[in-house]
Amino acid sequence: MASRVGRYTIKLESCPAVKGYAGVAGKKEGEGPLAEAFDYIYEDDTCGEKTWEKAESRMQKDTLTRALVKANITPTTVDMVFAGDLLNQCIGSNYGLREFGIPFIGLFGACSTMAESIALASLAVDTGCANVAAAITSSHFCAAERQFRYPLEYGGQRTPTAQWTVTGSGAAIIAKEGDGPFIKEVTFGKIVDMGIKDMNNMGAAMAPAAAETIKSYFDDTGLDPDSFDLIITGDLGFIGSRLTSELLEKENIKLKNFTDCGILIYDRKAQDVHAGGSGCGCSALVMCTHIFNNMRAGNFKEVLFVGTGALMSPTSVQQGESIPSIAHLVHISSTK
Amino acid sequence: MKMTKKEYDAMTKVKSPKSNLVKDMIWAFLVGGLICTIGQALLNMYKAFGLDKVNASSSVSITLVFVGALLTGLKVYDNIAKHAGAGTLVPITGFANSIVSPALEFKSEGFILGMSAKMFTIAGPVLVFGISASIIYGLILWIFRLF
Repeated sequence: MASRVGRYTIKLESCPAVKGYAGVAGKKEGEGPLAEAFDYIYEDDTCGEKTWEKAESRMQKDTLTRALVKANITPTTVDMVFAGDLLNQCIGSNYGLREFGIPFIGLFGACSTMAESIALASLAVDTGCANVAAAITSSHFCAAERQFRYPLEYGGQRTPTAQWTVTGSGAAIIAKEGDGPFIKEVTFGKIVDMGIKDMNNMGAAMAPAAAETIKSYFDDTGLDPDSFDLIITGDLGFIGSRLTSELLEKENIKLKNFTDCGILIYDRKAQDVHAGGSGCGCSALVMCTHIFNNMRAGNFKEVLFVGTGALMSPTSVQQGESIPSIAHLVHISSTK
Repeated sequence: MKMTKKEYDAMTKVKSPKSNLVKDMIWAFLVGGLICTIGQALLNMYKAFGLDKVNASSSVSITLVFVGALLTGLKVYDNIAKHAGAGTLVPITGFANSIVSPALEFKSEGFILGMSAKMFTIAGPVLVFGISASIIYGLILWIFRLF
Protein backbone atom coordinates (compact mmCIF):
# COMPACT_ATOMS: atom_id res chain seq x y z
CA MET A 1 0.00 0.00 0.00
CA ALA A 2 1.20 3.47 -0.85
CA SER A 3 2.71 5.57 1.93
CA ARG A 4 4.02 9.09 2.20
CA VAL A 5 7.72 9.79 2.35
CA GLY A 6 8.56 13.31 3.45
CA ARG A 7 6.27 16.14 2.43
CA TYR A 8 5.46 15.38 -1.19
CA THR A 9 6.65 11.92 -2.25
CA ILE A 10 4.53 8.77 -2.27
CA LYS A 11 6.24 5.38 -2.02
CA LEU A 12 4.48 2.53 -3.81
CA GLU A 13 5.22 -0.50 -1.62
CA SER A 14 4.15 -3.11 -4.18
CA CYS A 15 6.21 -1.53 -6.98
CA PRO A 16 3.60 -1.87 -9.78
CA ALA A 17 5.00 -3.22 -13.03
CA VAL A 18 4.88 -1.91 -16.56
CA LYS A 19 3.36 -5.02 -18.08
CA GLY A 20 3.36 -3.75 -21.64
CA TYR A 21 4.08 -0.55 -23.50
CA ALA A 22 4.03 0.85 -27.01
CA GLY A 23 4.74 4.04 -28.89
CA VAL A 24 3.73 5.19 -32.36
CA ALA A 25 5.25 8.12 -34.21
CA GLY A 26 4.66 10.54 -37.05
CA LYS A 27 6.84 10.87 -40.13
CA LYS A 28 9.24 13.52 -38.83
CA GLU A 29 9.79 11.62 -35.55
CA GLY A 30 10.30 8.48 -37.64
CA GLU A 31 13.19 10.24 -39.36
CA GLY A 32 14.78 11.11 -36.01
CA PRO A 33 17.45 9.33 -33.97
CA LEU A 34 15.03 7.12 -31.97
CA ALA A 35 13.16 5.70 -34.99
CA GLU A 36 14.33 2.12 -34.43
CA ALA A 37 12.66 1.96 -31.02
CA PHE A 38 9.19 2.97 -32.24
CA ASP A 39 6.51 0.31 -32.62
CA TYR A 40 5.01 1.97 -35.66
CA ILE A 41 5.77 4.99 -37.85
CA TYR A 42 2.96 6.49 -39.93
CA GLU A 43 3.78 7.15 -43.57
CA ASP A 44 2.09 10.53 -43.38
CA ASP A 45 0.75 12.60 -40.52
CA THR A 46 -2.90 12.21 -41.51
CA CYS A 47 -2.63 8.61 -40.21
CA GLY A 48 -5.18 7.80 -42.91
CA GLU A 49 -7.80 10.15 -41.41
CA LYS A 50 -9.55 13.24 -42.77
CA THR A 51 -8.66 15.75 -40.04
CA TRP A 52 -5.67 16.27 -37.75
CA GLU A 53 -7.83 15.75 -34.68
CA LYS A 54 -9.03 12.40 -36.01
CA ALA A 55 -5.42 11.52 -36.79
CA GLU A 56 -4.46 12.15 -33.17
CA SER A 57 -7.34 10.00 -31.89
CA ARG A 58 -6.30 7.31 -34.32
CA MET A 59 -2.80 7.33 -32.85
CA GLN A 60 -4.16 6.83 -29.32
CA LYS A 61 -6.33 3.96 -30.50
CA ASP A 62 -3.44 2.29 -32.30
CA THR A 63 -1.03 2.82 -29.42
CA LEU A 64 -3.31 1.38 -26.75
CA THR A 65 -4.15 -1.58 -28.99
CA ARG A 66 -0.45 -2.32 -29.49
CA ALA A 67 0.36 -1.94 -25.79
CA LEU A 68 -2.48 -4.34 -24.87
CA VAL A 69 -1.25 -6.90 -27.40
CA LYS A 70 2.30 -6.63 -26.04
CA ALA A 71 1.00 -7.01 -22.47
CA ASN A 72 -0.99 -10.00 -23.71
CA ILE A 73 -4.31 -8.79 -22.29
CA THR A 74 -7.68 -7.68 -23.66
CA PRO A 75 -9.38 -4.31 -23.00
CA THR A 76 -11.97 -6.02 -20.77
CA THR A 77 -9.30 -6.83 -18.18
CA VAL A 78 -8.19 -3.19 -17.87
CA ASP A 79 -9.87 -1.55 -14.88
CA MET A 80 -9.19 2.07 -15.78
CA VAL A 81 -7.37 4.18 -18.30
CA PHE A 82 -5.75 7.53 -17.48
CA ALA A 83 -5.42 9.54 -20.66
CA GLY A 84 -4.81 13.04 -21.93
CA ASP A 85 -3.66 15.22 -24.80
CA LEU A 86 -3.26 18.89 -25.72
CA LEU A 87 -6.48 19.47 -27.64
CA ASN A 88 -9.38 21.46 -26.22
CA GLN A 89 -11.51 19.25 -23.96
CA CYS A 90 -8.95 16.46 -24.54
CA ILE A 91 -10.77 15.22 -27.63
CA GLY A 92 -7.72 13.26 -28.78
CA SER A 93 -8.28 10.88 -25.86
CA ASN A 94 -12.08 11.10 -25.68
CA TYR A 95 -12.55 10.03 -29.28
CA GLY A 96 -9.52 7.77 -29.51
CA LEU A 97 -10.53 5.61 -26.57
CA ARG A 98 -14.32 5.64 -26.87
CA GLU A 99 -14.52 2.18 -28.42
CA PHE A 100 -12.48 0.33 -25.79
CA GLY A 101 -15.13 0.21 -23.07
CA ILE A 102 -12.56 0.84 -20.34
CA PRO A 103 -13.47 3.16 -17.40
CA PHE A 104 -11.90 6.42 -18.52
CA ILE A 105 -10.23 9.17 -16.53
CA GLY A 106 -9.37 12.16 -18.72
CA LEU A 107 -6.43 14.28 -17.62
CA PHE A 108 -4.90 17.57 -18.63
CA GLY A 109 -1.41 18.37 -17.47
CA ALA A 110 -0.12 19.68 -20.80
CA CYS A 111 3.22 18.00 -21.58
CA SER A 112 3.39 16.57 -18.03
CA THR A 113 0.36 14.36 -18.67
CA MET A 114 2.32 11.14 -19.31
CA ALA A 115 4.10 11.39 -15.95
CA GLU A 116 0.77 12.27 -14.33
CA SER A 117 -1.07 9.34 -15.91
CA ILE A 118 1.70 6.81 -15.14
CA ALA A 119 1.78 8.08 -11.54
CA LEU A 120 -2.00 7.82 -11.13
CA ALA A 121 -2.23 4.42 -12.85
CA SER A 122 0.56 3.10 -10.60
CA LEU A 123 -1.16 4.50 -7.51
CA ALA A 124 -4.43 2.87 -8.55
CA VAL A 125 -2.69 -0.49 -8.89
CA ASP A 126 -0.64 -0.14 -5.71
CA THR A 127 -3.67 0.76 -3.61
CA GLY A 128 -5.70 -2.12 -5.03
CA CYS A 129 -8.21 0.16 -6.80
CA ALA A 130 -7.18 -1.51 -10.06
CA ASN A 131 -5.55 -4.75 -11.01
CA VAL A 132 -4.57 -3.35 -14.38
CA ALA A 133 -4.54 0.33 -15.32
CA ALA A 134 -3.42 1.98 -18.53
CA ALA A 135 -1.69 5.33 -19.05
CA ILE A 136 -1.73 6.95 -22.46
CA THR A 137 -1.14 10.36 -24.01
CA SER A 138 -0.64 11.82 -27.45
CA SER A 139 0.09 15.00 -29.34
CA HIS A 140 -0.04 15.93 -33.01
CA PHE A 141 2.00 18.76 -34.51
CA CYS A 142 -0.65 19.85 -36.99
CA ALA A 143 -3.56 19.69 -34.52
CA ALA A 144 -1.56 21.62 -31.91
CA GLU A 145 -0.36 24.27 -34.38
CA ARG A 146 -3.87 25.22 -35.46
CA GLN A 147 -5.03 25.41 -31.84
CA PHE A 148 -2.06 27.19 -30.28
CA ARG A 149 -0.36 29.06 -33.13
CA TYR A 150 -1.07 29.65 -36.80
CA PRO A 151 -2.43 27.69 -39.77
CA LEU A 152 0.18 25.25 -41.11
CA GLU A 153 0.72 27.09 -44.39
CA TYR A 154 0.99 30.54 -42.83
CA GLY A 155 4.37 32.08 -43.58
CA GLY A 156 5.50 32.85 -40.05
CA GLN A 157 8.93 32.50 -38.47
CA ARG A 158 9.63 30.50 -35.32
CA THR A 159 11.90 31.97 -32.69
CA PRO A 160 15.06 30.05 -31.68
CA THR A 161 13.44 29.26 -28.30
CA ALA A 162 10.31 27.66 -29.81
CA GLN A 163 9.79 23.91 -29.43
CA TRP A 164 8.33 21.54 -32.00
CA THR A 165 5.21 19.59 -31.00
CA VAL A 166 5.82 15.88 -31.44
CA THR A 167 3.40 13.81 -33.50
CA GLY A 168 3.19 10.61 -31.56
CA SER A 169 1.60 8.66 -28.76
CA GLY A 170 2.77 6.35 -26.02
CA ALA A 171 0.94 3.93 -23.75
CA ALA A 172 1.95 1.93 -20.68
CA ILE A 173 -0.06 -0.88 -19.10
CA ILE A 174 0.53 -0.93 -15.34
CA ALA A 175 -0.26 -4.11 -13.40
CA LYS A 176 0.58 -5.87 -10.15
CA GLU A 177 2.87 -8.30 -11.92
CA GLY A 178 4.82 -8.00 -15.13
CA ASP A 179 8.24 -7.86 -16.75
CA GLY A 180 8.78 -4.30 -15.68
CA PRO A 181 10.22 -1.76 -15.37
CA PHE A 182 8.68 -1.04 -11.98
CA ILE A 183 7.24 2.14 -10.50
CA LYS A 184 8.69 2.77 -7.03
CA GLU A 185 7.82 6.34 -6.10
CA VAL A 186 5.86 9.27 -7.41
CA THR A 187 5.96 12.97 -6.54
CA PHE A 188 3.14 15.22 -7.69
CA GLY A 189 4.33 18.76 -8.30
CA LYS A 190 2.93 22.12 -7.32
CA ILE A 191 1.98 24.81 -9.82
CA VAL A 192 4.98 27.12 -10.19
CA ASP A 193 4.84 30.45 -12.01
CA MET A 194 8.00 32.51 -12.33
CA GLY A 195 6.38 35.12 -14.54
CA ILE A 196 7.45 33.94 -18.00
CA LYS A 197 4.96 35.22 -20.59
CA ASP A 198 6.57 34.13 -23.85
CA MET A 199 4.58 31.24 -25.33
CA ASN A 200 7.55 30.60 -27.61
CA ASN A 201 9.83 29.87 -24.66
CA MET A 202 7.96 27.23 -22.72
CA GLY A 203 11.15 25.49 -21.64
CA ALA A 204 11.98 28.58 -19.61
CA ALA A 205 8.46 28.68 -18.16
CA MET A 206 8.60 25.01 -17.09
CA ALA A 207 12.19 24.82 -15.79
CA PRO A 208 11.40 26.20 -12.29
CA ALA A 209 8.58 23.65 -11.88
CA ALA A 210 10.95 20.82 -12.86
CA ALA A 211 13.63 22.06 -10.47
CA GLU A 212 11.08 22.42 -7.65
CA THR A 213 9.73 18.86 -8.01
CA ILE A 214 13.21 17.31 -8.36
CA LYS A 215 14.35 19.16 -5.25
CA SER A 216 11.23 18.06 -3.33
CA TYR A 217 11.93 14.45 -4.28
CA PHE A 218 15.57 14.55 -3.14
CA ASP A 219 14.59 16.36 0.07
CA ASP A 220 11.86 13.78 0.81
CA THR A 221 13.87 10.65 0.09
CA GLY A 222 17.35 11.75 1.11
CA LEU A 223 18.65 10.42 -2.20
CA ASP A 224 20.86 12.38 -4.58
CA PRO A 225 21.49 12.40 -8.36
CA ASP A 226 24.25 9.77 -7.93
CA SER A 227 21.56 7.18 -7.16
CA PHE A 228 20.23 7.34 -10.73
CA ASP A 229 21.52 6.17 -14.12
CA LEU A 230 19.23 8.60 -15.83
CA ILE A 231 17.26 11.69 -14.90
CA ILE A 232 15.01 12.53 -17.82
CA THR A 233 12.60 15.43 -18.09
CA GLY A 234 9.86 15.74 -20.68
CA ASP A 235 9.80 18.16 -22.37
CA LEU A 236 11.96 21.11 -21.44
CA GLY A 237 13.99 21.14 -24.65
CA PHE A 238 17.51 22.53 -24.80
CA ILE A 239 16.89 25.85 -23.07
CA GLY A 240 14.61 24.60 -20.31
CA SER A 241 16.87 21.71 -19.34
CA ARG A 242 19.89 24.01 -19.11
CA LEU A 243 17.89 26.36 -16.89
CA THR A 244 16.76 23.46 -14.70
CA SER A 245 20.36 22.31 -14.14
CA GLU A 246 21.36 25.84 -13.25
CA LEU A 247 18.42 26.37 -10.87
CA LEU A 248 19.24 23.12 -9.06
CA GLU A 249 22.93 24.01 -8.85
CA LYS A 250 21.90 27.06 -6.88
CA GLU A 251 20.20 24.61 -4.47
CA ASN A 252 23.40 22.53 -4.28
CA ILE A 253 21.98 19.70 -6.38
CA LYS A 254 24.24 18.84 -9.29
CA LEU A 255 22.33 16.79 -11.85
CA LYS A 256 24.18 13.87 -13.46
CA ASN A 257 23.14 11.74 -16.44
CA PHE A 258 20.50 14.36 -17.12
CA THR A 259 18.68 14.69 -20.43
CA ASP A 260 15.27 15.54 -21.82
CA CYS A 261 12.79 13.70 -24.05
CA GLY A 262 12.53 16.80 -26.25
CA ILE A 263 16.31 16.67 -26.81
CA LEU A 264 16.47 12.95 -27.60
CA ILE A 265 13.61 12.69 -30.07
CA TYR A 266 14.97 14.91 -32.87
CA ASP A 267 18.25 15.63 -34.53
CA ARG A 268 18.20 19.32 -33.58
CA LYS A 269 20.25 20.67 -36.50
CA ALA A 270 19.17 18.37 -39.32
CA GLN A 271 15.46 18.46 -38.42
CA ASP A 272 15.23 22.21 -37.77
CA VAL A 273 13.36 21.92 -34.49
CA HIS A 274 14.91 24.95 -32.76
CA ALA A 275 14.79 24.28 -28.97
CA GLY A 276 13.70 20.60 -29.29
CA GLY A 277 10.49 18.59 -29.07
CA SER A 278 7.44 19.10 -26.87
CA GLY A 279 3.86 17.94 -26.46
CA CYS A 280 2.12 15.22 -24.45
CA GLY A 281 3.19 12.68 -27.04
CA CYS A 282 6.89 13.50 -26.77
CA SER A 283 7.67 12.08 -23.33
CA ALA A 284 5.05 9.33 -23.80
CA LEU A 285 6.71 8.18 -27.00
CA VAL A 286 10.29 8.41 -25.72
CA MET A 287 9.53 6.69 -22.40
CA CYS A 288 7.28 3.95 -23.83
CA THR A 289 9.84 2.95 -26.45
CA HIS A 290 13.48 3.98 -26.10
CA ILE A 291 13.69 4.29 -22.29
CA PHE A 292 11.59 1.25 -21.28
CA ASN A 293 13.38 -0.87 -23.92
CA ASN A 294 16.71 0.15 -22.44
CA MET A 295 15.48 -0.53 -18.91
CA ARG A 296 14.37 -4.02 -19.85
CA ALA A 297 17.72 -4.56 -21.54
CA GLY A 298 19.43 -3.56 -18.30
CA ASN A 299 21.09 -0.45 -19.74
CA PHE A 300 19.34 1.83 -17.24
CA LYS A 301 18.53 0.59 -13.76
CA GLU A 302 17.23 3.56 -11.80
CA VAL A 303 15.46 6.30 -13.75
CA LEU A 304 13.78 9.51 -12.64
CA PHE A 305 11.17 10.60 -15.16
CA VAL A 306 9.98 14.17 -14.64
CA GLY A 307 7.09 15.22 -16.88
CA THR A 308 6.79 18.99 -17.22
CA GLY A 309 3.78 20.93 -18.45
CA ALA A 310 2.99 24.56 -19.28
CA LEU A 311 -0.57 25.12 -18.09
CA MET A 312 -1.57 28.11 -20.20
CA SER A 313 -4.05 28.50 -23.02
CA PRO A 314 -3.88 30.84 -26.04
CA THR A 315 -6.63 32.89 -24.35
CA SER A 316 -4.73 33.37 -21.08
CA VAL A 317 -1.58 34.34 -22.97
CA GLN A 318 -3.48 36.88 -25.11
CA GLN A 319 -4.92 38.34 -21.91
CA GLY A 320 -1.38 39.00 -20.73
CA GLU A 321 -1.17 36.24 -18.11
CA SER A 322 2.13 34.55 -17.33
CA ILE A 323 2.56 30.79 -17.83
CA PRO A 324 1.94 28.57 -14.79
CA SER A 325 3.84 25.30 -14.98
CA ILE A 326 3.92 21.91 -13.33
CA ALA A 327 6.19 18.90 -13.04
CA HIS A 328 5.35 15.40 -11.82
CA LEU A 329 8.06 12.89 -10.99
CA VAL A 330 8.06 9.11 -11.32
CA HIS A 331 10.88 6.93 -10.02
CA ILE A 332 11.17 3.90 -12.29
CA SER A 333 13.42 0.94 -11.57
CA SER A 334 14.40 -2.10 -13.61
CA THR A 335 14.03 -4.34 -10.53
CA LYS A 336 11.31 -4.64 -7.89
CA MET B 1 13.35 28.15 -5.19
CA LYS B 2 15.20 31.01 -3.60
CA MET B 3 14.84 33.30 -6.58
CA THR B 4 12.64 36.25 -7.44
CA LYS B 5 10.75 36.51 -10.72
CA LYS B 6 13.03 39.39 -11.70
CA GLU B 7 16.18 37.35 -11.10
CA TYR B 8 14.76 34.42 -13.05
CA ASP B 9 13.76 36.69 -15.92
CA ALA B 10 17.37 37.96 -16.12
CA MET B 11 18.70 34.39 -16.01
CA THR B 12 16.29 33.29 -18.76
CA LYS B 13 17.29 36.17 -21.02
CA VAL B 14 20.94 35.12 -20.84
CA LYS B 15 20.14 31.48 -21.65
CA SER B 16 17.61 32.07 -24.44
CA PRO B 17 19.23 32.57 -27.86
CA LYS B 18 18.02 35.52 -29.90
CA SER B 19 17.07 35.50 -33.58
CA ASN B 20 20.01 36.33 -35.83
CA LEU B 21 18.93 39.83 -36.84
CA VAL B 22 21.60 40.43 -39.48
CA LYS B 23 20.83 37.16 -41.25
CA ASP B 24 17.07 37.76 -40.98
CA MET B 25 17.39 41.27 -42.39
CA ILE B 26 19.56 40.16 -45.32
CA TRP B 27 17.04 37.44 -46.18
CA ALA B 28 14.11 39.86 -45.84
CA PHE B 29 15.87 42.45 -47.99
CA LEU B 30 16.75 39.99 -50.74
CA VAL B 31 13.43 38.12 -50.92
CA GLY B 32 11.27 41.22 -50.32
CA GLY B 33 13.34 43.09 -52.89
CA LEU B 34 12.97 40.24 -55.37
CA ILE B 35 9.18 40.25 -55.00
CA CYS B 36 9.11 44.02 -55.56
CA THR B 37 11.39 43.70 -58.59
CA ILE B 38 9.07 41.06 -60.02
CA GLY B 39 6.21 43.50 -59.39
CA GLN B 40 8.04 46.24 -61.27
CA ALA B 41 8.80 43.86 -64.16
CA LEU B 42 5.11 42.92 -64.31
CA LEU B 43 4.13 46.59 -64.31
CA ASN B 44 6.44 47.30 -67.23
CA MET B 45 5.13 44.25 -69.03
CA TYR B 46 1.45 45.19 -68.60
CA LYS B 47 2.23 48.74 -69.74
CA ALA B 48 3.99 47.34 -72.79
CA PHE B 49 0.81 45.38 -73.50
CA GLY B 50 -0.99 48.71 -73.72
CA LEU B 51 -2.66 49.01 -70.27
CA ASP B 52 -2.73 52.47 -68.72
CA LYS B 53 -0.94 53.10 -65.39
CA VAL B 54 -3.97 52.47 -63.12
CA ASN B 55 -5.02 49.26 -64.85
CA ALA B 56 -1.42 48.04 -65.09
CA SER B 57 -0.94 48.59 -61.30
CA SER B 58 -4.16 46.71 -60.50
CA SER B 59 -3.08 43.87 -62.76
CA VAL B 60 0.25 43.63 -60.91
CA SER B 61 -1.58 43.33 -57.56
CA ILE B 62 -3.94 40.70 -58.97
CA THR B 63 -1.04 38.69 -60.38
CA LEU B 64 1.01 38.81 -57.16
CA VAL B 65 -2.00 37.91 -54.99
CA PHE B 66 -2.70 34.98 -57.31
CA VAL B 67 0.91 33.76 -57.14
CA GLY B 68 0.97 34.16 -53.32
CA ALA B 69 -2.26 32.18 -53.01
CA LEU B 70 -1.07 29.51 -55.43
CA LEU B 71 2.27 29.05 -53.64
CA THR B 72 0.38 28.80 -50.31
CA GLY B 73 -1.87 26.10 -51.76
CA LEU B 74 1.16 24.25 -53.11
CA LYS B 75 2.70 24.34 -49.59
CA VAL B 76 5.70 26.33 -50.84
CA TYR B 77 5.06 29.81 -49.43
CA ASP B 78 5.64 28.92 -45.77
CA ASN B 79 8.94 27.25 -46.65
CA ILE B 80 10.20 30.44 -48.31
CA ALA B 81 8.78 32.57 -45.48
CA LYS B 82 10.63 30.48 -42.87
CA HIS B 83 13.83 32.15 -44.11
CA ALA B 84 12.51 35.36 -45.63
CA GLY B 85 10.39 36.53 -42.66
CA ALA B 86 9.26 40.11 -43.25
CA GLY B 87 10.44 39.79 -46.86
CA THR B 88 7.45 37.57 -47.63
CA LEU B 89 5.13 38.99 -44.95
CA VAL B 90 5.06 42.65 -45.98
CA PRO B 91 4.45 42.48 -49.77
CA ILE B 92 0.95 41.81 -51.05
CA THR B 93 1.84 38.12 -51.52
CA GLY B 94 2.02 37.86 -47.71
CA PHE B 95 -1.50 39.25 -47.47
CA ALA B 96 -2.68 36.53 -49.85
CA ASN B 97 -0.89 33.91 -47.74
CA SER B 98 -2.51 35.18 -44.54
CA ILE B 99 -5.98 34.68 -46.04
CA VAL B 100 -5.45 31.46 -47.96
CA SER B 101 -3.64 29.61 -45.15
CA PRO B 102 -6.51 29.78 -42.59
CA ALA B 103 -8.99 29.05 -45.40
CA LEU B 104 -7.11 25.82 -46.14
CA GLU B 105 -6.61 25.00 -42.47
CA PHE B 106 -10.18 25.43 -41.30
CA LYS B 107 -12.06 23.88 -44.21
CA SER B 108 -12.33 20.76 -42.04
CA GLU B 109 -14.85 22.66 -39.88
CA GLY B 110 -17.15 23.31 -42.83
CA PHE B 111 -17.54 25.79 -45.68
CA ILE B 112 -19.40 28.51 -43.75
CA LEU B 113 -18.30 28.29 -40.09
CA GLY B 114 -14.86 26.91 -40.89
CA MET B 115 -13.33 28.22 -44.06
CA SER B 116 -15.37 31.40 -44.55
CA ALA B 117 -15.53 32.47 -40.91
CA LYS B 118 -11.86 31.80 -40.14
CA MET B 119 -10.49 33.16 -43.43
CA PHE B 120 -9.75 36.59 -41.93
CA THR B 121 -8.44 35.55 -38.51
CA ILE B 122 -4.94 36.73 -39.44
CA ALA B 123 -5.67 39.32 -42.11
CA GLY B 124 -8.58 40.80 -40.13
CA PRO B 125 -6.50 43.38 -38.21
CA VAL B 126 -4.80 44.49 -41.45
CA LEU B 127 -8.21 45.15 -42.98
CA VAL B 128 -9.54 46.89 -39.86
CA PHE B 129 -6.60 49.28 -39.64
CA GLY B 130 -6.29 49.68 -43.41
CA ILE B 131 -9.95 50.66 -43.78
CA SER B 132 -9.87 52.84 -40.63
CA ALA B 133 -6.77 54.67 -41.86
CA SER B 134 -8.32 55.30 -45.27
CA ILE B 135 -11.46 56.73 -43.64
CA ILE B 136 -9.38 59.11 -41.50
CA TYR B 137 -7.30 60.08 -44.53
CA GLY B 138 -10.48 60.71 -46.52
CA LEU B 139 -11.96 62.85 -43.74
CA ILE B 140 -8.82 64.96 -43.48
CA LEU B 141 -8.82 65.47 -47.24
CA TRP B 142 -12.51 66.39 -47.18
CA ILE B 143 -11.99 68.97 -44.38
CA PHE B 144 -9.05 70.57 -46.26
CA ARG B 145 -11.14 70.89 -49.40
CA LEU B 146 -13.86 72.77 -47.53
CA PHE B 147 -11.59 75.81 -47.38
